[in-house]
Amino acid sequence: MTAPAIELKGISKAFGPVQANKDISISVQPGTIHGIIGENGAGKSTLMSILYGFYKADAGEIFIKGQKTPIPDSQAAISAGIGMVFQHFKLVENFTVLENIILGAEDGAMLNTSLGNARRELKHLADEYGLNVDPDAVIENLSVGHQQRVEILKALYRKAEILILDEPTGVLTPAEADQLFRILDRLREEGKTIILITHKLREIMEYTDTVSVMRRGQMTATVKTKETSPEELAELMVGRKVLLRVDKKPAEPGVTILDVQGLRVVDDAGVERVKGIDLNVRAGEIVGIAGVAGNGQSELLEVLGGYAEGTGTILVNGEPIPLSGHGADGQARRATGVSHVPEDRQREGLIMEFSAWENTVFGYHLEPEIQNGVLMDNKAIYEDAEAKMERFDVRPPDPKLAAKNFSGGNQQKIVLAREIERNPDLLLIGQPTRGVDIGAIEFIHQQIVNLRDQGKAILLVSVELDEIMSLSDRIAVMFDGHIMGERDPALTNEKELGLLMAGITDTSAVAGNGGNDTTEQEVHADG
Amino acid sequence: MDKMPKWADIVLIPLISLLLAAFFSALVILAIGENPIEALKLMIDGALMRSAGWGYTLYYATNFIFTGLAVSVAFHARLFNIGGEGQAMLGGLGVALVCLYIPWPHWSLSILGASVGAALFGALWALIPAYLQAKRGSHIVITTIMFNFIAAALLNYVLVEMLRPVGAMDPASAKFPDATHLPSFQDMFSTAETPMFRGAPANVTFFLALIACVVVWALIWRTRLGYEIRAFGQSETAAKYAGISPVRITVIAMLISGALAGMMSVNTTMGESERLILNSTEGAGFIGIAVALMGRNHPFGVFLAAILFGFLYQGGAELALWTSIPRELIVVIQALVILFTGALDNMVRHPLEKLFIALRRRNA
Repeated sequence: MTAPAIELKGISKAFGPVQANKDISISVQPGTIHGIIGENGAGKSTLMSILYGFYKADAGEIFIKGQKTPIPDSQAAISAGIGMVFQHFKLVENFTVLENIILGAEDGAMLNTSLGNARRELKHLADEYGLNVDPDAVIENLSVGHQQRVEILKALYRKAEILILDEPTGVLTPAEADQLFRILDRLREEGKTIILITHKLREIMEYTDTVSVMRRGQMTATVKTKETSPEELAELMVGRKVLLRVDKKPAEPGVTILDVQGLRVVDDAGVERVKGIDLNVRAGEIVGIAGVAGNGQSELLEVLGGYAEGTGTILVNGEPIPLSGHGADGQARRATGVSHVPEDRQREGLIMEFSAWENTVFGYHLEPEIQNGVLMDNKAIYEDAEAKMERFDVRPPDPKLAAKNFSGGNQQKIVLAREIERNPDLLLIGQPTRGVDIGAIEFIHQQIVNLRDQGKAILLVSVELDEIMSLSDRIAVMFDGHIMGERDPALTNEKELGLLMAGITDTSAVAGNGGNDTTEQEVHADG
Repeated sequence: MDKMPKWADIVLIPLISLLLAAFFSALVILAIGENPIEALKLMIDGALMRSAGWGYTLYYATNFIFTGLAVSVAFHARLFNIGGEGQAMLGGLGVALVCLYIPWPHWSLSILGASVGAALFGALWALIPAYLQAKRGSHIVITTIMFNFIAAALLNYVLVEMLRPVGAMDPASAKFPDATHLPSFQDMFSTAETPMFRGAPANVTFFLALIACVVVWALIWRTRLGYEIRAFGQSETAAKYAGISPVRITVIAMLISGALAGMMSVNTTMGESERLILNSTEGAGFIGIAVALMGRNHPFGVFLAAILFGFLYQGGAELALWTSIPRELIVVIQALVILFTGALDNMVRHPLEKLFIALRRRNA
């Protein structure tokens, strides 16, 4: 057996009282794809930051190809042959691909020689790994998938032998993700070692050779992917059995609650983000909006929630609601029976510095029931918060704790408790489980389905296709501000939705062949 | 989990900062060849050991309570109101107009009238920067600073050209009628046998400042408006989501802030000089920033910090009177206190946080 490409022994790292990594040891063979899976906050990113020299481990050793290699900073990581592709790309938007690639790795004071060398090297890499990118394209004009390729090229240009990818598919369409994994396959064949960090079980099962599971800073298991199952991995991640499917009866839709006609939204920069969409949601059904982030879904929610302006017509319970000016604000929307669980709970849904109990009336703080003369009836609010937190299983159940001190899942439960218990006619819910651990996802999904079964209308926006498919009774796909089509979740599949998400409506032409060159070009042209 | 207990944040950090400031002040005093221990004794003696000293300390503290509260209220909405000085100047104009042109039967009514006048003028002076911030995005720090200069020039003009009595030489208004004379601490607490607070300017406005503390506390932590102000201050995006209008909160918070700053002039203009003079604010608007910083934007903290700064002002005046320590050095000492309690807050905070985390880990 050859020496492992990379081996960690007893890595520990604490941030204050939080033990982010505890005695972690893994060993990855060269020429394999090794997955690291775990919930948010399990310590995956900390571990990779240690490997890339961003953090210094409190204890433990790193071996590269059998050699003990201290990594005090990212320069050391690069020279040890480690390349990192971050979740948020580190590219200079208005530089060309070539300029980005040599940035920080220029040889000599004169740029021209570097650029010339890089161009040759880039062509070589493109041929070898199928990483085709126009070297003279400016980054901001590239699709997200291509930007990610540039990140990979950057690492390879620096002679990376070990490539770490942190949640690489979070921003990609399914087709783009397929292409990425084909590239990774190619890299593996060429003998590169790949570490894939993700929270998506499907990706782990399909593409990795071995997988390590992290939970609460510890490595709970390392197994061969062939010898495990999604259920087993989920259990290892959470520490108990988890229901991966949502349990729900068929919908019994009633009258139309939300009716959107010809809605257009122009953002602050003057760019039209929603380009005339029609959409309706009936009582007792969940309509899911699928789409890659940034295709107008957020703006749609913001206008419905009353904090962005739009043009067109929106009827709630048959009554038109104002889309701009007076009456187009969150207060007015709540008064018409619209509750909203926003996409970004930390920036919108909660005041992070406020205590949990203060947050349980956020947005409803003007309601007469919680006033005591000119003052707010804090005692009543507090007691109500206590009850809400118990019903929604918020942990720890301490209303005095500031919102920022709860985990993502528990923060989301606070928001959900607040919005669902107002008994709205229509619930808008964006990214209900982003950054939420698997255990809490199960609970949150159940709450959404329960609300539907009470005959409420629910509009769900999520970039997680799995979530859309398992929760929705109807799926609308958004691309570039348009609704590309509606599908019945029982009669569609991920591939078809993926093509719609990439803006391709003629699904028969390319069905079964998602992600070939035609697709790629069309994505590029549309994006 | 918070990094350290609340008491450490509220009590320990300001205390350590204060000791550091005192230490460096002592070095400065040593450097010019005076004895720092003697100097401290003199300050305490002059500001705190005699009732007249307290009378000055509390007089200054009254100013600082108002301006400190003004900065605090704005800061809860994440607005940095540096214009307390100008708002207080205009507040003084409000006081003067109310006192000069309305015949008041009794001081208890006139103080109410003067408070309204001061608050109104102060608030209006804050309104323009608030509007510019809310509607046009002009930064409130810049506009409020500029409005301080405009206020000074405006006041100068009004005093010289309009309010100055015929034949008077100095730029000041006529003396207010006797009915507007506010009871000083001397009037209130002296008995025939034991005169108290003799000659000191502290007056009934101090109690008005205490009431303002309570009202501001209730406003910020017990009312809908306070909830909205704090929510907006913490996160504008969240406030929008909740349907809280940024324009409305910006304007209202600044109006309240300006009104509080303006009310400071009830103390100086009505309680002390009993006529409107130039520069009656004496920089109290700026001291309010330090007071708010040190008081953690909490009315009780503002109260304590205001007393401290009142002590520094009065003690400093004593030093200048009895030693060869120049008046400018007092400003240096005050600056050191501001520097350590405000600007260098993190210098003390970070090591302390680490200490508490380490302690907790050992106990766990």
